[in-house]
Amino acid sequence: MAIPISYNLRNLRLRWGATLMTALGVALTVAVASFILALLSGLHRAFQASGNPLNVLVMRKGLSDEVSSSISRGKFGAIKFLPGIAVNAQGQPLASGSLVVVVSLRRRGGDGRANVTLRGLGLQGLALRPGARLVAGHWPQAGRRQIAVGVAAARQFQKTQLGGQLHFGKGDWRVVGEFQDHGSAFESEIWAPRDEMAADFGRPDFSSVLLRAVSPAAASALVRDIESDRRLKLHALTETAYYAQQTSSGAPIAFIGGVIAFIMAIGACFAAMNTMYAAVAYRAREIATLRILGFPRPSILLSFVLESVVLTLFGGVLGIAALLPWNGLTTGTLNSTTFSEMVFQLRFTPHVLADALIFALVLGLIGGLAPAWHASRENILTALRG
Amino acid sequence: MSVQTSAMTSSSNPAAGAPIVVASHLCKKFQRDSFEVVALDDVSMEIAAGDFVALMGPSGSGKSTLLNMIAAIDHPSSGELRVMNENVFAFNDHQAAQWRNRHIGYIFQTFNLLPVLTAFENVELPLLLTRLNKAERREHVELALKLVGLEDRMHHLPKQLSGGQEQRVAIARALATDPTLLLADEPTGDLDSRSATEVLEILTRLNRDHGKTVVMVTHDPHAATYARTVRHLEKGQLQN
Ligand SMILES: Nc1ncnc2c1ncn2[C@@H]1O[C@H](COP(=O)(O)OP(=O)(O)OP(=O)(O)O)[C@@H](O)[C@H]1O
Ligand SMILES: [Mg+2]
Repeated sequence: MAIPISYNLRNLRLRWGATLMTALGVALTVAVASFILALLSGLHRAFQASGNPLNVLVMRKGLSDEVSSSISRGKFGAIKFLPGIAVNAQGQPLASGSLVVVVSLRRRGGDGRANVTLRGLGLQGLALRPGARLVAGHWPQAGRRQIAVGVAAARQFQKTQLGGQLHFGKGDWRVVGEFQDHGSAFESEIWAPRDEMAADFGRPDFSSVLLRAVSPAAASALVRDIESDRRLKLHALTETAYYAQQTSSGAPIAFIGGVIAFIMAIGACFAAMNTMYAAVAYRAREIATLRILGFPRPSILLSFVLESVVLTLFGGVLGIAALLPWNGLTTGTLNSTTFSEMVFQLRFTPHVLADALIFALVLGLIGGLAPAWHASRENILTALRG
Repeated sequence: MSVQTSAMTSSSNPAAGAPIVVASHLCKKFQRDSFEVVALDDVSMEIAAGDFVALMGPSGSGKSTLLNMIAAIDHPSSGELRVMNENVFAFNDHQAAQWRNRHIGYIFQTFNLLPVLTAFENVELPLLLTRLNKAERREHVELALKLVGLEDRMHHLPKQLSGGQEQRVAIARALATDPTLLLADEPTGDLDSRSATEVLEILTRLNRDHGKTVVMVTHDPHAATYARTVRHLEKGQLQN
């Protein structure tokens, strides 16, 4: 049997000052790392929830986002009757052109303006986006200057409550509805009737066209047909694939956050290592005594590695505890492809928490290994004399 | 003593009188800066099973060095040593640790109890390396603490004990695995005379009633009177 863990726990408690300082350092590191993980998890979810695998999004060739794309009404006519497109009860193809522009609105709390995606939807637009549900009011009516605001956008911008007036294009628009869509990126958008928008912004063309395929196989066939038609010069992909690409807008955050977390992790490792070296030096005589009692070197090694891991896990738990109140916090980031504000929630999923603890554990392992090795190799006689 | 001591008087104790330690021509040299320190100079000796040996000599005469070799903690520069018929210098680190755990009880001048563990837990430590289960370990610990008269201090931390009591806990720890050989390096060196007497009486009893072979390093001529055999070291050489 090994050296009892209570020996380590009580020593950590005995040297509580050093223990606490080290644990706080680890806590900070773990907090930053899991904050980044939670951010990415929220971002991932926002984009993953968006998009239906049966929907095929069509844009101009060579463009990867809706805002800069444009498709003429003529081309729309050419693709809306392609085989494999579902039809509604009236026998009309489920195909709809969107007009997407970015407008600047005042943020809540008065700290300046931010961009928001404004989407003009045609008659079939809502039918093609069945995930969107009203939480208040009604959908905008064609022919009126009305808008519906996604719940995330509503939280972010001023005057987005029902009855509010927003100014963009050539005049005021009235908020008549608020909608949600399973936490997807649509919740960060504002939707309006397309033809009203087209007139306001002087944009008769569509930004993108959405087609509903009858089956996943038909969806891939549609993508293939449109992509391979040289005359159309259009780019097609499933809506799911499109939003998966957009998730990469989290890449800069992930990268910068990753670098910060890495630097902090090195610091935390050294803090743990330093504390454990001090503990080993302080307890040299105890270690020698244990060896004389018959505990072999591996037992000593294991004991001090465990102590280090307990120390950093304690830090990890502190870090998580400090972060949990922020769970579900809404935050915004700039979608780097459309430059409009993407709103999503920090999500401390069990997966994120488990990763945070594993991270703390690895810090303890790395930081504790050298001191523990040193402890196990120390000469018994030298230690007894000292 | 009314205590049941069957668990402590192991049948593995060798027949009294047979040599339990046989040292031949042990030499130990240390290189210090430019000159050589000779800690042991051609030491040959035998210790009989059941003996209580006091190892005396001035500071620096090599007493601890010899004791540590018997405990397989130190190695000689040359010479041979058999302890319980084992060539202890042939052990690797792991074997030496295991062998010490089974056969050697080591008592330090400075007690060396682990400060965060209670008396009970300190005594239990060497038993954690045996196959004994929890209940058996408890039995051994309680018995060992009774033998040193500290059964009522079981759950005290070292800092809640006097020096004499600490040393008695340390003796209980050395006894817990029921070793053949008790090695003590100046066990009374840090104690007042009353506590020292208590410790010496316990060692005497362990030798006389429980058949433990005791090798005790000491400076104190009074302590040496408790031993059956007294050996002197002088500048690393054993005197006759
Ligand atoms: N690791 C070492 N390096 C150098 N010299 C050493 C070492 N260990 C012991 N010595 C020397 O060997 C000699 C014998 O030391 P040892 O500790 O055996 O003496 P001792 O008889 O136990 O003395 P004391 O009564 O002071 O404990 C001393 O001169 C000591 O300085
Ligand atoms: Mg000595």
